[in-house]
Amino acid sequence: MDPVDGNALAGPLGTLFGQDVGDVTGVCAGCGLSSLLAETRVFDQAPGLVARCPGCEEVLATVIEMPRAVRLSLPGFRYVDIPSRTL
Amino acid sequence: MWRSAVIADVTVQTHRTRTLTLAVDGWMTHRAGQHVDLRLTADDGYQAARSYSLASGPGEPPQVTVDRLPDGEVSPYLVDIAAPGDALELRGPVGGYFVWSPQNSPQPPVLLIAGGSGVVPLHTMLRARLHAGDDTPMRLLYSARSWDDVIYRDELRQASSVSGVTVEFTLTRDIPPGWSGHTGRLDAAMLTELSWPATDRPDVFVCGPTRFVEAIADTLVDLGHDPAAVRTERFGG
Amino acid sequence: MATVSRGFGGRRQDPAGGDLAARTPPGQYLTDGFPVLSAGPTPGVRLEDWAFEITGGREPVGWTWEQFRRLPSERFTCDIHCVTRWSKLETAWEGVSLDTLLAPVAHDAGYAVAVSHGGYTTNLPLTDLLGGKAWVAHTYAGQPLHPEHGGPARLVVPHLYFWKSAKWIRGLRLTAQDEPGFWERAGYHDYGDPWTEQRYASA
Repeated sequence: MDPVDGNALAGPLGTLFGQDVGDVTGVCAGCGLSSLLAETRVFDQAPGLVARCPGCEEVLATVIEMPRAVRLSLPGFRYVDIPSRTL
Repeated sequence: MWRSAVIADVTVQTHRTRTLTLAVDGWMTHRAGQHVDLRLTADDGYQAARSYSLASGPGEPPQVTVDRLPDGEVSPYLVDIAAPGDALELRGPVGGYFVWSPQNSPQPPVLLIAGGSGVVPLHTMLRARLHAGDDTPMRLLYSARSWDDVIYRDELRQASSVSGVTVEFTLTRDIPPGWSGHTGRLDAAMLTELSWPATDRPDVFVCGPTRFVEAIADTLVDLGHDPAAVRTERFGG
Repeated sequence: MATVSRGFGGRRQDPAGGDLAARTPPGQYLTDGFPVLSAGPTPGVRLEDWAFEITGGREPVGWTWEQFRRLPSERFTCDIHCVTRWSKLETAWEGVSLDTLLAPVAHDAGYAVAVSHGGYTTNLPLTDLLGGKAWVAHTYAGQPLHPEHGGPARLVVPHLYFWKSAKWIRGLRLTAQDEPGFWERAGYHDYGDPWTEQRYASA
């Protein structure tokens, strides 16, 4: 099963704190690689979306569309940076 | 947030692709390269959703160009059954990474590399440049199985006559008699011949099936392009 | 109420027959195909490297592929139900019952975490693995289980949503307390009964 690009996260997540999710950068807690969410490898043929690190394939994030919420888990990031809104 | 959309128009592109124009209340605008999720609901409540690149230029009504996948669930419906007046749901536009917009200041040259129906968002970037009268150098390399599989044939041939724009086709399977374009896979030699050298620091957008995108991205990095300047969109599959 | 798309049926069988409808849990649709779902890349597991290990008991117990294949295998036919809403009836498997695998293990655990190659995990109460309700399957439709479907071997627990039937299984970790697995931590239901639509944890 081939992954798709992290852009696929933008459908269910849309914007996060006012920023397109693809523009959010995160650092993998496993290997330390910094990547844009748009650059992660997303497995979408699954009960949810699974974003894996392009460096070490650790699970960085999962997204599940629940009836009344979209649940975002970030199990594999050391941190994420959400760019400040530019005017 | 899902909202209702109505199919306003249907245009046949190739033997397996159609462009659907959608009427969506409150549609603002979108950027070239963004996508939408489409959701279909059967009369018993069964649902299926898929993501499609927007096929129209910024400022135009939303369009999607859909390629019929042999074992698909949504694409055969959109290509073979859906007709003007039919309803579906839409979410988006989304995506802020695989996008290109004309600006009022000089930009790096833009290299667009398409495999199959991966041409859809890239053609939209080209259209955005043409409509804005922008002069960013833009070059599209388009790999297709055959000439009959080439989407936006006439529009792309016309675009290649515009100053600063180049469109190159390579056919990988059926070569028509008298074909003067390229043939075979887009390998390192063809990329070197047809694209800007890494020293020109082009912005690169690659879209197509996963294996195509990965092969092209790896080759570009081998040729010295900055991985951060190579943006990709894979279909999966 | 979602907008209905005229003429859209999806890729489904019609469960019009009373028996088929009765065997289809609420909110599920029948399929003839066998969709391939995965939270990650398909791990390539060579049979000579394969092992199945049960830990968390008094002593760890394990089998190589050869030892595992010498255990008594059962043929079983079951209906399977994926939380993504497809169900497939009459799937034919062959595998080793968890009753057989757990028999030599001395333990006082109440739960198990199935552990897979590639890092996937899922949790189950031990009572759902025992009593002829669960197998480690190595054969599907008469053929060695394809890697896409979890080969060399996968867990099959047909009475729960199919995410509980871990692909590429490499062992069980027995636990005293219930420990959520991969999808259970991410928001899916801890138990996952398809007949009462236990899909999500909450929300």
